[in-house]
Amino acid sequence: MTRPVLPADVDFGAAEQHRVIIIGSGPAGYTAALYAARANLSPVVIAGIEPGGQLTTTTDVENYPGYADGVMGPQMMEDFQRQAARFGAGIRSGIVTHVDFSERPFRLVVDEEVPMAADAVIIATGASARYLGLENEKRLLGRGVSACATCDGAFFRGVELAVVGGGDSAMEESLFLTRFATKVYLIHRRDALRASKIMQQRVFDNDKIEILWNTMVVDVLGQDEVSGVRLRSAQTGEERDLPVGGFFVAIGHTPNTALFKGWLESDAQGYLITEPRSTHTNIPGVFACGDAQDHVYRQAVTAAGTGCMAAIDAERFLAAEPAA
Amino acid sequence: MPGKYINVTDATFKAEVLDSPVPVLVDFWAAWCGPCRAIAPTIAAVAEAFEGKAKVAKVNVDENQVVPMHYNIRSIPTLLFFSQGTVADHVVGNVSKRELTRRLDNLVGQAV
Repeated sequence: MTRPVLPADVDFGAAEQHRVIIIGSGPAGYTAALYAARANLSPVVIAGIEPGGQLTTTTDVENYPGYADGVMGPQMMEDFQRQAARFGAGIRSGIVTHVDFSERPFRLVVDEEVPMAADAVIIATGASARYLGLENEKRLLGRGVSACATCDGAFFRGVELAVVGGGDSAMEESLFLTRFATKVYLIHRRDALRASKIMQQRVFDNDKIEILWNTMVVDVLGQDEVSGVRLRSAQTGEERDLPVGGFFVAIGHTPNTALFKGWLESDAQGYLITEPRSTHTNIPGVFACGDAQDHVYRQAVTAAGTGCMAAIDAERFLAAEPAA
Repeated sequence: MPGKYINVTDATFKAEVLDSPVPVLVDFWAAWCGPCRAIAPTIAAVAEAFEGKAKVAKVNVDENQVVPMHYNIRSIPTLLFFSQGTVADHVVGNVSKRELTRRLDNLVGQAV
């Protein structure tokens, strides 16, 4: 495997040295920060391109234990951040653009120019919304194509919309969009949804949502903005155009792990591989938690759980190894 | 870093953005938008870095509908780069400070 090289103009002689650097600021990252801070490791969180992570684009979180009445996703992540900061975790805005895991201390570059070094690294970079990969989908992104109903839904007042997907995010997006749209077509390629039963029921009960079963989206139509989607029946192969004013994609996620290619082992989808019942990667001292390594559960509470594990694993690793 | 960028409304858009002698980066945002909040520190930092060379303006899409509709804003955050009254570049969604700086540098270079 080829390993990316660090930018030549970054001087590591001047690098900040830390015991633990945590890459990512979702539930996994902030929980790792909380535990590492309470272990007196003075962790630093590099918040990344989406501080707070995927939950900052959701509305109600009803399944995080402790919030008995539910909580808004962005509020919950502010609470996570505040709790980590209370015990001294450093939180920096910025994006880790390069890593060098060849020896300890590990070397990281933030925003292509700031060198940092750490005895242990915890990866909590999470996952991002996946798109269908159609050319016109990309061309019309922000012009009627969206992967964030809570961000963009309000721009689609009084029009008909299409949502593609079959999981909880597709249900949540569809339900949210009924606040603005006159009608929401939920397009799913199979004859059953993967979403949790409670979310499915809410969709079935909503008069504004019509589910198009066994249907695939094969193209997004429109010149300067979305005017419709081209559908294909999974059963007959027959195609037809559905006129809609907006198209929301909720077909799952891809892990944000491209940065670690060449250093860390991952599966075919890019999820980092950790040793069973731990957060150890193939490089001692580099730990992975949250959605970056979990394609099975992908919940805020499981991400937080593995974030805690990563901090404990890092603490034990640092206690056993002399500081580099 | 408040004060380095300006808040622009439907009423002030022409004077502040279209008639601006320097390039203007316009951030379309809303208070309820998580990714908009996430990008806010980057926008503020860019505003500070480009002070005197380019202008950074914010348009609240809840309080102003004419300008967002005119530019067909369907997603926030959307960043439009104006040079001499026309849209020269645009970015939808979150973006790094480095990338914003690069794009704004391009426009500032052209404007000279």
